[in-house]
Amino acid sequence: MSVTEVFEKARAEGRAVAIGCMPAGFPTVEGSIAAMVAMAEAGIDVIEVELPYSDPVMDGPVIQKASDIALAGGVRTRDTLRAIEAVARTGVPVVLMTYWNPIERYGVDAFARDLAAAGGAGLITPDLIPDEAEEWLAASDAHQLDRTFLVSPSSTDQRLAMTVANCRGFVYATAVMGVTGAREQTSAAAPALVARVRAVTDLPVGVGLGVRDGAQAAEVGSFADGVIVGSALVRCVLEAPDEAAGLASLRALSADLARGVRAVTR
Amino acid sequence: MNASAAGLLPDVSGHFGRYGGRFVPEALIAALDQLDAAYRHAMADEAFQAEFGRLLRDYAGVPSLLYRADRFSAAAGARIFLKREDLNHTGAHKVRNVLGQALLTKRMGKRRVIAETGAGQHGVATATAAALMDLECVVYMGEVDTERQALNVARMKMLGATVIPVKTGSRTLKDAINEALRDWVSSVDETHYLLGTAAGPHPFPGMVRDFVRGIGVEARQQILDQTGALPDAVAACVGGGSNAIGIFHAFVGDEGVRLYGFEGGGEGVTTDRHSARFSGGSPGVLHGARTYVLQDEDGQTIESYSISAGLDYPSVGPEHAWLHDTGRARYLPVTDAEAMDAFQLLCRTEGIIPAIESAHGLGGALAIAPTLAAELGREPTIIVNLSGRGDKDVETAGSYFGILAS
Repeated sequence: MSVTEVFEKARAEGRAVAIGCMPAGFPTVEGSIAAMVAMAEAGIDVIEVELPYSDPVMDGPVIQKASDIALAGGVRTRDTLRAIEAVARTGVPVVLMTYWNPIERYGVDAFARDLAAAGGAGLITPDLIPDEAEEWLAASDAHQLDRTFLVSPSSTDQRLAMTVANCRGFVYATAVMGVTGAREQTSAAAPALVARVRAVTDLPVGVGLGVRDGAQAAEVGSFADGVIVGSALVRCVLEAPDEAAGLASLRALSADLARGVRAVTR
Repeated sequence: MNASAAGLLPDVSGHFGRYGGRFVPEALIAALDQLDAAYRHAMADEAFQAEFGRLLRDYAGVPSLLYRADRFSAAAGARIFLKREDLNHTGAHKVRNVLGQALLTKRMGKRRVIAETGAGQHGVATATAAALMDLECVVYMGEVDTERQALNVARMKMLGATVIPVKTGSRTLKDAINEALRDWVSSVDETHYLLGTAAGPHPFPGMVRDFVRGIGVEARQQILDQTGALPDAVAACVGGGSNAIGIFHAFVGDEGVRLYGFEGGGEGVTTDRHSARFSGGSPGVLHGARTYVLQDEDGQTIESYSISAGLDYPSVGPEHAWLHDTGRARYLPVTDAEAMDAFQLLCRTEGIIPAIESAHGLGGALAIAPTLAAELGREPTIIVNLSGRGDKDVETAGSYFGILAS
C-alpha cells in the first residue's frame, strides 16, 4: 500500500494513522529491522526510518543517542537502504527521514533511484526546505517518491502554502517549536497549525514532536490525520535490558498507539 | 570580477554561486527572514550606522593599527604588515561582529542572545556585548572545551553569562553549534542566535562579513597611506572564516592583490588530524549552508583537529567556498608545527604574542614569501591579519614549547 492509500483507508475508517520512527542501525542493523517489523506487526501504519546522522539538529537527546549508537556501530547509508527493503516487505509503507547531507553525498538522483528500488515510499527532509530542493523535486518526480517537507507554527501563510504545494504523500506539521522528544503535554498550537494546512490542501497532515502514549495519540488523532511518534518508541529499545525486552516493550507501545489512533473522536 | 560584482553576493536567496543558502528546519525560516530584514534595514539606517561606528571607535578601539613588522619581515624575506586586530577590546576581530549583532538584537526587540563557542573567544565577546547592552546571554560550549578553556568560562561568568557545557557528540564546537541551533528552534521568538562567524544559513555569512569588512577597508587605506601602493598579497587564517573574509572583501576587486587563506593543517593533511576543509574536504551541507566540509563517503561529518581551537571546525563560510572555486583566493594548510614556529618568531622578533589562530596566517605568509618573491622578482609586500592576541593561548603554547609542564 502507498502512504496515500493508508491515509485514505484510515480516513474511511474514521481514524488517524499511526506513524512510528526508528533510526536504522540502532542498536544494530538487524536489531533495527526486527524493531520496525515488530512495530508494523503491532499495528503501526507507516514506518519512518531515520538515517543516522552525525549532526541531527532537529532531534532531541533520545534520538541523538540512538543515532550515535548506530553510527558508532558503523552503520552506512547502504545499510539504511537494506533496512528499508526488509521492512517494506511487511507491506507497510516505509518513509525515510533524513538530514540532507548524506543524500547529497550519495547523489540525489542515485539515492532516489535506490530508495525506490528498495521499496521506500519517499523522504521526510527536516533540514531541506523546498527553496533549496530543486534536485530532489526532480528526482522524486522521476522515481515517483513522496516528498514530505515540514511546516511550523512560525511559517507565514505564504511559505506554508508554498511548502504544502511541494509535498506529496503527507505534510509534516511540527506541532511545537522545538526538537523531537516526548513531552508531558502536546502543544496547543498543533490544532491551529493543522487547520492552517487544511485550508490550503487536501493532503493528509501528520503531527509530530511529543506524543508518547495511546492517550496522547488519541488526542492528536482527533485533529490530525497522522500521529508521528519517535522518541517514545526509541526509548523502549534504548532503556531495555536486552533485545527481547526491548521488542516486547516496543510491541506494547505500538499496540497502545494503534488503539489510540482508533479511539479518536471526531 | 570587480569589486561591485563581489559586493552583489550573496544573491537575494543567500547564495554565493552554488554555495550558501539555507539548510535549516522550517521552524527557523521566519527568524532568518526577520533577521535579514532587520539587518538590511539597519544597514540603510544612518542612526544605526552612527551608533555602530561610535561603539567600534570608542568602545572597541577601531580602526585597528596597520604595523610594519620590520624584524619579522627580515626573517620572512618579505615586507610584512600586521593588521592589529589583536589590539581591539576583548582581543580579537570578533568584537566587530558581536557589537553589530547585539545592536540588531535590540532593534528586533529581542532580550536574549545565545552563542556557540569553541575556545571561548566568541563566547567572551558575546558576553561582553550582552553586558554592555543589557541582554540575557547563554553560551553553549563543548564540555571538552570548557575543561580546556576554564579561564574563558570564568570570564564569561564574570560578565554575567550562563555557560552550558554540551555533552553530546564530540563535545566540541560542532556540537555546541548543534545545541545552540536546538535552543534557537525552541526559543526563536525572544532569542537571537549570535553566530560567531561568517558561516551558517543566510543571512549570517553576508551579514557577519559586512560587520567585519571594515578590517579590509581600513587596511587597504592604511597600506596606501604608508606605502603608496596596494600589497602583493593579503593573508589570514581561516576557521569559520570571519577574520579572513573581513580582510579579503575590500581587496576582492583588486586583481593584483593575491588573497591567501590558511587552514589548520594540524598534523598534516595526509593524516586524519587536520581542519583543512579545502585540501582535505569536499562540498557538502553542514550547519545550514552548502560549503566545503570534512565528511566521509556517506556524508557524515568527520571530526576536525587543530592545535588552534578557533580553526578546529569541520566546515567553513560559504563565501570562501565560492572564492576558492572561482580561484580568486587560494586556501592552503598550515601545520601545527609551522604555526608554532611562526608564533615563536613573532614573539621573539616583534614582542607580540599572537593568537595561535593568527599564527597560522603568519606561518602561511612565511611559507609563500619565497615563491612570491621569485614570481615578482622583488621583495613582496604582504598584509597578515593578526586577528587575535595570544593571552588565551599561553597555556597551550607554554606546554608546546616545554615552558610550562603540560
